[in-house]
Amino acid sequence: MIRLLRERLRPYAQQIVVIGALVLVQAIASLYLPTLNADIINDGVVTGDIDYILRTGGIMLVVTLVFVVAAVASVYLGSRVSMGMGRDVRGALFRRVESFSQAEVNHFGTPSLITRTTNDVQQVQMVVLMILNVILLAPMMMVGGIIMSLRLNVELSTVVFVAIPVLLAFIAAMVRATLPLFQSMQAKIDRVNQVTREVLSGIRVIRAFDRTRHEEERFTAANRDLTWTTLKVNRLFALMFPTVGIVLNLSMVAIMWFGGRQIADGDMPIGDLTAFLTYIIQILFSVIMATILFVMVPRAAASAERIQAVLETEPSIVDPATPARDVPLRGRVEFRDVEFRYPHAEEPVLSGISFTAAPGETVAIVGSTGCGKSTLISLIPRFYDVTAGSVLVDGVDVREFELKDLWRRIGLVPQKSFLFSGTVAGNLRQGDAAASDEELWHVLETAQGREFVEEMPERLAAAVAQGGASVSGGQRQRLAIARALAKRAPINIFDDSFSALDFTTDARLRAALKKEMAEATVIIVAQRVGTIMRADRIIVLENGTIAAMGTHAQLLETSETYREIVASQLGLDGAEGVA
Amino acid sequence: MSAGERRAAGPPAGPGPAGPARRGGPPGPGGGPPGHALMMPVAKPKDLKGALRRLAGLLARERLLIGVVVLLAVVSVALAVLGPKILGQATDILFEGVVSRQLPAGTTQEEAIAGLRARGQDQVAEMLASMTLRPGEGVDFDAMGVTLLLLVGVYLLSAVFSWLQQYLMAGVAQRTMYELRQAVDEKLARLPLRYFDDHPRGDVLSRMTNDIDNISQTLQQTLTQLITAALTIAGVLVMMLWISWILALISLLVVPFSVIVTLFIAKRSQKQFAAQWERTGDLNGHVEETFTGHNVVKVFGRQEEVIEAFDVQNEKLYRSSFRAQFISGTIQPVMNFVGNLNYVAVAVVGGVMVANGRISLGDVQAFIQYSRQFTMPIAQTASITNVLQSAAASAERVFELLDEAEEEPEAAEVVKLPHTRGHITLRDVSFRYVPDTPLIEHLDLDVPPGQTVAIVGPTGAGKTTLVNLLLRFYELDGGAVLIDGVDSRQMSRSDLRRLFGMVLQDTWLFTGTIRENIAYGREGASAEEILAAARAARVDHFVRTLPDGYDTVLDDDATNVSEGEKQLLTIARAFLADPDVLILDEATSSVDTRTEVLIQDAMAELMEGRTSFVIAHRLSTIHGADTILVMDRGRIVEQGTHEELLARRGFYHDLYASQFTEALVEAS
Repeated sequence: MIRLLRERLRPYAQQIVVIGALVLVQAIASLYLPTLNADIINDGVVTGDIDYILRTGGIMLVVTLVFVVAAVASVYLGSRVSMGMGRDVRGALFRRVESFSQAEVNHFGTPSLITRTTNDVQQVQMVVLMILNVILLAPMMMVGGIIMSLRLNVELSTVVFVAIPVLLAFIAAMVRATLPLFQSMQAKIDRVNQVTREVLSGIRVIRAFDRTRHEEERFTAANRDLTWTTLKVNRLFALMFPTVGIVLNLSMVAIMWFGGRQIADGDMPIGDLTAFLTYIIQILFSVIMATILFVMVPRAAASAERIQAVLETEPSIVDPATPARDVPLRGRVEFRDVEFRYPHAEEPVLSGISFTAAPGETVAIVGSTGCGKSTLISLIPRFYDVTAGSVLVDGVDVREFELKDLWRRIGLVPQKSFLFSGTVAGNLRQGDAAASDEELWHVLETAQGREFVEEMPERLAAAVAQGGASVSGGQRQRLAIARALAKRAPINIFDDSFSALDFTTDARLRAALKKEMAEATVIIVAQRVGTIMRADRIIVLENGTIAAMGTHAQLLETSETYREIVASQLGLDGAEGVA
Repeated sequence: MSAGERRAAGPPAGPGPAGPARRGGPPGPGGGPPGHALMMPVAKPKDLKGALRRLAGLLARERLLIGVVVLLAVVSVALAVLGPKILGQATDILFEGVVSRQLPAGTTQEEAIAGLRARGQDQVAEMLASMTLRPGEGVDFDAMGVTLLLLVGVYLLSAVFSWLQQYLMAGVAQRTMYELRQAVDEKLARLPLRYFDDHPRGDVLSRMTNDIDNISQTLQQTLTQLITAALTIAGVLVMMLWISWILALISLLVVPFSVIVTLFIAKRSQKQFAAQWERTGDLNGHVEETFTGHNVVKVFGRQEEVIEAFDVQNEKLYRSSFRAQFISGTIQPVMNFVGNLNYVAVAVVGGVMVANGRISLGDVQAFIQYSRQFTMPIAQTASITNVLQSAAASAERVFELLDEAEEEPEAAEVVKLPHTRGHITLRDVSFRYVPDTPLIEHLDLDVPPGQTVAIVGPTGAGKTTLVNLLLRFYELDGGAVLIDGVDSRQMSRSDLRRLFGMVLQDTWLFTGTIRENIAYGREGASAEEILAAARAARVDHFVRTLPDGYDTVLDDDATNVSEGEKQLLTIARAFLADPDVLILDEATSSVDTRTEVLIQDAMAELMEGRTSFVIAHRLSTIHGADTILVMDRGRIVEQGTHEELLARRGFYHDLYASQFTEALVEAS
């Protein structure tokens, strides 16, 4: 955490120095007040000098005013610095993640990256705020208080030196006893969550198997466990404040007793007693305050570590130093003996993959889930880099392209049809910012989306929510297809993009695409045999290698795997019944 | 990803109490700094009083203990409030001793005062007049010792009572929360499925966890705080009035002032906090969207735009969070200032009064302590109202869930069918999810024992609706489902459902070992029965290849078990259940070919001799069915055997043609 803070707080160094000075002023002001109060008693009350009382009272007011001005100013700066640092870290994180390739994103996981950018930064900035506004004051008050009390009376200060270690020892014991309990409490909350989540997601199965009672028992066990731990923590914590209070109050009594002796002997003016009592309260309070830090820091430190991990990860895929320039836009894709394996994986996901897709051709890739289809196509836009062999686009290794140059050649419809929140038109224009409404309608028509967009009251201006239910899965998929079409890229990749369409729409869409894509290169990944059977070339992937390649008719003849796939979907035994 | 992180990654931190960042500080008791209530978004309850009243109702069972807690609080606060006064007495003894020593021994107090007056020191004389002096003698340490011992006793007792109070309150709060969680869980079991269709899982989950957690913390901390604060204010006020009404008046002047200042600032900062949470939500949304569509952003060359948009939102968030922190941060110094003002006023006026002999020095000292104790609980109470409001909003959400309409009660006289032949009849069944959209109208269907019914149709045609009705997950709007001639509503739900076995596409497995997951099919199944079921489901071999075999723990990210293998496990579960009627949902996504064959074999064996309803995707299944139900847009449009339906040249024919023929023509 220290590293992150040191780096990220550097731009605010000046302001932090000012905050330090302001806090010092606050500490001095707070510590000066009891002295003035002692003076009022010693030189005013005892001698009956009302004038002096009023004069000193006036000084106290001024000191108080100085205190509040310094405090407000330091809160202002503290908020600026801590929140500003949060903003900077968020910005840095976001930019860093944007530079990541799929490999780095996968390494962290999307949800985790989101949490790190928002929640974790929140944790860290709050701790910085606490440190600047509250905790910075504590050591100053403690040191200042000790100095003042020593100056006032060395002998009485012994009480302070006894009370502080006692208090610290108690708090340390408390933290030690409760910290593991807190952790196990968190785990038990997670457990209750998990059981509830399972009950919610499996509700049909639970009811169908009539296991409601069993689930309730599971929940009760988790609930009881959580309750018991929470109870233990809370009962332990109940000791906290009464004990701290006792330490404080007993110190005061001790000061009264020993101070009284000194006063009786004439070694100390009586007003100093009041000042001393105030000091010890201030000192012990600052000790308590400092312990807040011990509670907050572990969590923020964990957050800081998670942030730092992202910031220190270098993107594995970057622009080459000397990119290939002026490569003509054709759309030819070639795989040359490609191998790909995930970092640290024993087995490659893909190996020995070689094929070409020329402009005007449709190449389809089939295979069971997890055989590497999506991985294969993600090598073309360099979401990952091959681990051996090469992928060429328009005759140039993709690694020699400037990434932007590579990407402008590719229209992609991802497996999960991801839309940005905004309007239909806004999403389509991601493909081509300058596209006219007519062009948009045209691509919608090709993607079989014209009809439903026309039915929406706002038509092209209709709102699309990212995860919302404003459009159905099938409509979403068609919009994603239209978006890719609007880009009019020479290479078009469809990653299982027809799965949510019913069969009639699927067929119509394929027919329309064929016309539209007459000169483009089309690469389709699909599960349904019906979707791909008309492709110029079908690649059958099995266990990361090309098991067979050819047309539908050829493959039915030659490939056992392909026949199995067709059979499992269509049931060849029933084929005679139709033909 | 840790479990905690998974939770935190949930919905964006909106202003609602479901946001993940609403608890900034550490969990559990102890709480954060005094202002922490301001840092969470305060969701306003719709009916504060109603919610609080019901919340109080929850505590009714514990009222005896709560009475004890209040009593302990009264004693503890009373003792704590006495402390400064006693300390003041000790000071007085000291002061009197010091003054007495300076007076010549052998004179009386009156003589000494008269002597001072004669020398024109009227003021000092006034002061001494109110004291008990023993000229010539020093400090009376015996008296002082007794006083300080008394003080120690008072403080110790107060601490013990305060500890007891919190100790008992922990029990009250946690037991109440236990009951509440239990009530919600039991409620979930009684809610109709319809409820779960309409309510996002995350929302229900959030009520169970975030909201109850919020209530629990409020009960634990704020309740005792509130009691103590109120009692302290009252007690301190009494003590202050007792010591000196003039000084008390000065301190009281501070009260409305600090309340107004606190409310003024809190109101402003709350607006900023609301803005902060809203913008956090916006930013979260943008980040979520961009990270989720990482590749799309790149291929479509949108990186610069998304970064620009992010910067704009990030800056907005910064501005509102800075304002929120600054404004709320001023409360502390301003209250400090007010406290110090009061301190100075008391010191000055008190000093003058001591000098005039109208009050003792110890009393002024006590008073200073009291006035410090006075401002704190007032500020505390102000922030507690925020916490209470937030808790009331949470309570409202929990009560809302508890008030949801439950499944229709079971028939008064339940018919028991320990075993059936599996004869299923749907007689004139009508059903609609939404009142004005008819879905299934007047459906008649007779499935003799042992037959197989295939349900086909395009995606989203509502094939699962029928299944839902058979299992009585939903109530019919008309007609009846008969099992061996008995209306299913005359049976208890659990008896009815025991007759059915299900294998769904969505393979629901819970966190636990493979053995436990299979055993789920039937309570009290023996180890041999579980093994037999696994063998029948053709999953035994696979399980044995796992390092831990049947003790392998399945969890959310069980990577060693594939989708297809999970399906086999659910088939094993159905084998173990040995139901009279079977409901199968064939998988659409192709699992690897070998597992696929295993699944088909296992399913076929499972269906043997049982009445089966199959949501079918495979042609072979459809061909083998005794009856095919063709569904479209939630309705059963055709019904018959494969040949009959093809001959009819209707919807089924078209569907069949588009789905299969094209491929088959070339395949054959």
